Amino acid sequence: MKILSIYDFSNLTQAIHTWLSGKMSVVSTQVVEMILVGTVFLLFFAVLGLVLVYAERKVCAIIQVRLGPMRVGKWGTAQTLADFIKLVFKEPLITRDADKFLFNLAPFIIIIASFMAVAVMPFAKGLQAMDFDIGLFYISAVSSIGVTSILIAGWASNSKYSLIGAIRSGAQILSYELSAGLSLLTIVILTGSLQLSEIVESQADGWWIWKGHVSSIIAFVIFIIAGTAETNRGPFDMAEAESELTAGFHTEYSGIKFAFFFLAEYVNMFIIAAIGATVFFGGWMPLHVGNFEAFNNIMDYIPSVVWFFMKVSAIIFLMMWFRWTFPRLRIDQLLTLEWKYLLPLSLMNILLMAFLSLMGWHF
Amino acid sequence: MEAESLILFFIAGLVLVGGGILASQLLAPKLKNKTKEDAYECGIPTEGAAWMQFKSGYYLFAILFLIFEIETVFVFLWALTMKTLGMLAFIEILIFFFILGIGLLYAWKKGALKWD
Repeated sequence: MKILSIYDFSNLTQAIHTWLSGKMSVVSTQVVEMILVGTVFLLFFAVLGLVLVYAERKVCAIIQVRLGPMRVGKWGTAQTLADFIKLVFKEPLITRDADKFLFNLAPFIIIIASFMAVAVMPFAKGLQAMDFDIGLFYISAVSSIGVTSILIAGWASNSKYSLIGAIRSGAQILSYELSAGLSLLTIVILTGSLQLSEIVESQADGWWIWKGHVSSIIAFVIFIIAGTAETNRGPFDMAEAESELTAGFHTEYSGIKFAFFFLAEYVNMFIIAAIGATVFFGGWMPLHVGNFEAFNNIMDYIPSVVWFFMKVSAIIFLMMWFRWTFPRLRIDQLLTLEWKYLLPLSLMNILLMAFLSLMGWHF
Repeated sequence: MEAESLILFFIAGLVLVGGGILASQLLAPKLKNKTKEDAYECGIPTEGAAWMQFKSGYYLFAILFLIFEIETVFVFLWALTMKTLGMLAFIEILIFFFILGIGLLYAWKKGALKWD
């Protein structure tokens, strides 16, 4: 615990705050800090998109025994940057019959919704822009705004493919949101708090996935399935089933607006993985094994931010693995899976967890 | 940071998308062409409008979602206090889920979950 404090980011933020306060007035300090935070998050957002798209293409390539992008930069690392620059220079088209206002509004909604969800992520000890006491509730509220953007995009395009894709994805995201929310609530029974930093702190002596017995493992499995479905990723990518709907809800989008939908998909994947890591795998808490002191001390030397990103990457890799190995589901199979299997199962699981907590059978 | 700073993140999102679209407006070529503005339909000329009546099955799922989502809001509060209330909360949630389960079974038997 002593070592952990080395990596406490609140010292850093405090130092910046005092330094700025010494230089200027209260109001301008506030303004400068806000601009600083905003810029950092914008940069993080952009880098996240570039890295994840590259990672996805490489993972896909490895699974399909290909090389993936290799030409631009060393091992193709600059490929996504090149793609992005190309998309900026592409002509943004709007169809003749489209609802022009809604058509332009949709990318704004999807990006802002995911941006506001990233804002509360606990990246490391003391490295969290906002720490609400209703954190988990806030995330589930904000991340469900994204679906309105998909519906708006599909409707406004006035194209048949877009509309079918959007309606399918609407039904899918709405349905799977239930299971995702309920599986998180299973853990909330144990934490007794929705505040993300408190949820992380409560896992100092072990992660909830171990401490909650079989019930939290079931919850995690449900969460990862529902999370994959919520981000519209394969095998649940009904919204943009390429072989039947060309590109689904963003068929009519081109250039930079398409890039934003693409970016949002990857950021949403990050959000799901980050919530999963925070709630089930202890967020930035290092891995500790019982009373094995030597091992625990070594683990403490790894900075908390590295732990967070290691866990998140592991979950993201799992989701990519799903996408490239499972065949796509049909819409009726998709809804059957949710309403007849996952939803009753997650309700049962909540009861089981409540029973475990009542009996004190968790650690 | 306080909850007011949510506005900051809202503005940052606006700046990101607005800036991107603005940059694209300045940099991208604009060549007017009548066929370019057609909605995509595998290369053949577009037939009719896309804004038409849609399968009602999706609507049923939306209604069901509404019921269960409201139920989730209640469970949020229950989950927070489960540990302190103990047995009382457990019995209450049993009754609550029993009623809810009957609702789900009813929808199931009525065929609302069937896709045809």
